[in-house]
Formats: sequence, C-alpha cells, structure tokens
Amino acid sequence: MTTRTPLLHILTDPLLRQNPVTLQILGICSALAVTTSLATAITMCVSLTVVVTLAAGIISTIRRHIPDSIRLIVQIVIIASLVIVIDQVLQAWFAEISRTLSIFVALITTNCLVLGRTESFARHNAPLPAMTDAFGNGLGYSLILVVIGGLRELFGQGQLLGRQVLPLAETGGWFTPLSLMLLAPSAFFLLGGLVWAIRSIRPEQAEVPEHMPPKAEPAE
Amino acid sequence: MTELWPLFLRATFVENMPLSFFLGLCTFLALSRRPETAIGLGVAMILVLGVTVPLNRIVYDTLLAPGAWAWAGLPEVDLSYLSLIAFIGVIAATVQLIEMLTDRFFPAIHGAFGVFLPLLTVQCAILAGSLFMVERQYTLAESAVFGLGAGTGFAVAVVMLSAVRNRLAYADLPAGLRGLGITFVFTGLLSLGFASFALMVAE
Repeated sequence: MTTRTPLLHILTDPLLRQNPVTLQILGICSALAVTTSLATAITMCVSLTVVVTLAAGIISTIRRHIPDSIRLIVQIVIIASLVIVIDQVLQAWFAEISRTLSIFVALITTNCLVLGRTESFARHNAPLPAMTDAFGNGLGYSLILVVIGGLRELFGQGQLLGRQVLPLAETGGWFTPLSLMLLAPSAFFLLGGLVWAIRSIRPEQAEVPEHMPPKAEPAE
Repeated sequence: MTELWPLFLRATFVENMPLSFFLGLCTFLALSRRPETAIGLGVAMILVLGVTVPLNRIVYDTLLAPGAWAWAGLPEVDLSYLSLIAFIGVIAATVQLIEMLTDRFFPAIHGAFGVFLPLLTVQCAILAGSLFMVERQYTLAESAVFGLGAGTGFAVAVVMLSAVRNRLAYADLPAGLRGLGITFVFTGLLSLGFASFALMVAE
C-alpha cells in the first residue's frame, strides 16, 4: 500500500504536473485522432473519463481476488465490457458523433491510459482513491484534447462547436481557413508545441539529454 | 481480388497506421529511440497484424456476423457487438502462441523480439486493423493483405523515426523541446511526407 495522500492532491496532480498525455506518454493515439473538431473531442473525453473511472473502481474493488498471472486479461475484459456499453450508448443517442468517432470509441479498450492507470494505481489502492486518480487522469487527458481540438477547429474552419467564430473570407470576413489544421500533421505539431509550452513553464519536466557535448580536451 | 497490390500499397503508405491514423503511437514513440529496437518492433508488428487480421475475419464470419448462426436455426442472432471482446481474445491468444512457437523453434528471433511481443496485445494499431477490416468488409484474402500492409507501414515508419531520433540525440535543443516535444514535431514532418503518398493509389 502506498502512503495516504489527500484525495484532492490525487485529483489535481494529473492535470498539469503529471499530465497523462504530455508527461506519461499515455493515450496519445486517440488524443490526436479525434481532435479535428471540439464536439468529437469532448465526446471522446467524456467516454474515456467514464470508462477509466468505472474500470478503476471495479478493478480496485476486486483487486484482492485477481490472480497476478492473469490480471492483464481480467483487466482488459472489464475495460472491454465497459467500452461496449459506452459504444452502444453513443450509437443509440449520439449516432452522428458515433459515426465520426468510428472505431476510436472501441479503441478505448487498448488505450494505454486506461490500462496504465488500472495497472499502476487501481491495482494497489482502495476504490475511492483509485477512482479519484482515474477521474483526475481523465480530466488531464480531457484538458489536452479540448485545447488541441479547440485550436484545430478554430483555425481549420473558423468555428467552435459548429458555430462560426471567425468570419470566413468567402462570406465577406477576413479569415482564410488553414486546411492543414484538419490534416494529421498539424495534430503532431500542436501537441509538440503544447509539450514544449508545458515544459517551459515547468522546467523540472524536461528530459535530461542523452549525450552531453564533448568538453574541449586538453592539448596533448 | 485483382486489387490486392493496390490494397497493400494503400495500407502501407496512404493509410499508414501511426502517421495518418495516429494508431499505436504509444509504442511508436516509446520504442523508437534506437534503430535496433525499432526493427524488432517492426517485424513483430508485421507478423502479428498479418496473422490476427485474417484470423479475426474468420472468427467474425463464422461466429459473430449477423446471420452467422443460420445453420443452427438461429438466423436472427447478431453477435457483432461482442466483436471487441472476441478480437482482443484472439489477439492475446495469437501473440501468446507466436511467442511460444518462436521461443521453441526460432530462439534467435524470439530473443530479438524481446519484450515487444507481449506488449503488442494492448496495441491499438493491432486491434484497429481488425476493426477496420470489419468496417470495410474485406474478404479473407484482402484481410491478409491489409494486415501485412498495415504492419509493413508501421515498420517503415518506426524505423525511419528511430533513425532520425538516433541522430537527434546529439543535437543541442531547448530544454523543453528535448525528447518528447521534438519527437512529436518530427512525427508531424514524417506524417506530412506520407501525406504526399495519398495520390499513389487511385481511388
């Protein structure tokens, strides 16, 4: 058992200091794929947060009964069942968004964020801290997704949540949409920039260089 | 059926898993530090995708697809909502099987795979291969080609990125950009390059 840390601390830690996407490199796959518009990004965030919180709760509740050797399979089956439920709910009530998300809802199953949190935290902690941690990580993930999704939709189409924010040049405004923003590379650039920005604010997150420049050797 | 070669090229370059669909990025970024590990990962990806995608096609057709139980007098049964669990099970079992087989018959190859093989069970690109296969309704032969192509595409991309990162380790970068930051920017550039393959295969 780890030492007890205040719940609030567990909740807020993953937001910026231990952000799952920019520091732990978890759940990047879906983070980039669904961010072409803010609405899909938000749907994805809500789905993922629900799945990770419930999965952490369930796994932490039965953590003493899971044999160590098959714990990965047990965890995946629990996560997959939750994801199927979410997928069916989305298909029933949000058919439009469900189609844009296509297979990415199903891919929450193999999202490293969910498995990473259940494996590293929920497995060793009581249900309440485990769910708090999972919820916090879900929020941290959502934070990055909403920022990237918002930027891509704003500059790619001049819209936010489907409403025209920047007047388009075609309709007499001044804004020309950057179609690059809607393509895959921009997501990488934005996330790279975001990582840089966060690590500039918090220099302790910067990685140590693998190689130091050679020192000038004394002349022989 | 004559469209197999274009399908392979499409899966490899145009619809490159990590660079245009962002799939499997976690392992893509984590294991691309050195070219040697990247090659091991790439070979494992080709193998696993090439085996699991056609296998899941068979599982889906015989057990899960709507009407698959018609021979048993149950034509209305539609188990396709179970495909997620079934696919994960097939992938986990295949990975385990490949690991045991290579360990028994090709210890050298098994050694080269190292820890990557078990990790691939929870790799989004592998599951995505099977899910795409269902969504696009490939035949068995097409699924096999698609799986191999997707694996090859992943291998090409990860080896290229690892070569860049290997050189980049010596570069003097701003502290915040070092490591993850610059890797994202380079992945973006690679992705931009792969975007130009889009015209390689006619629709």
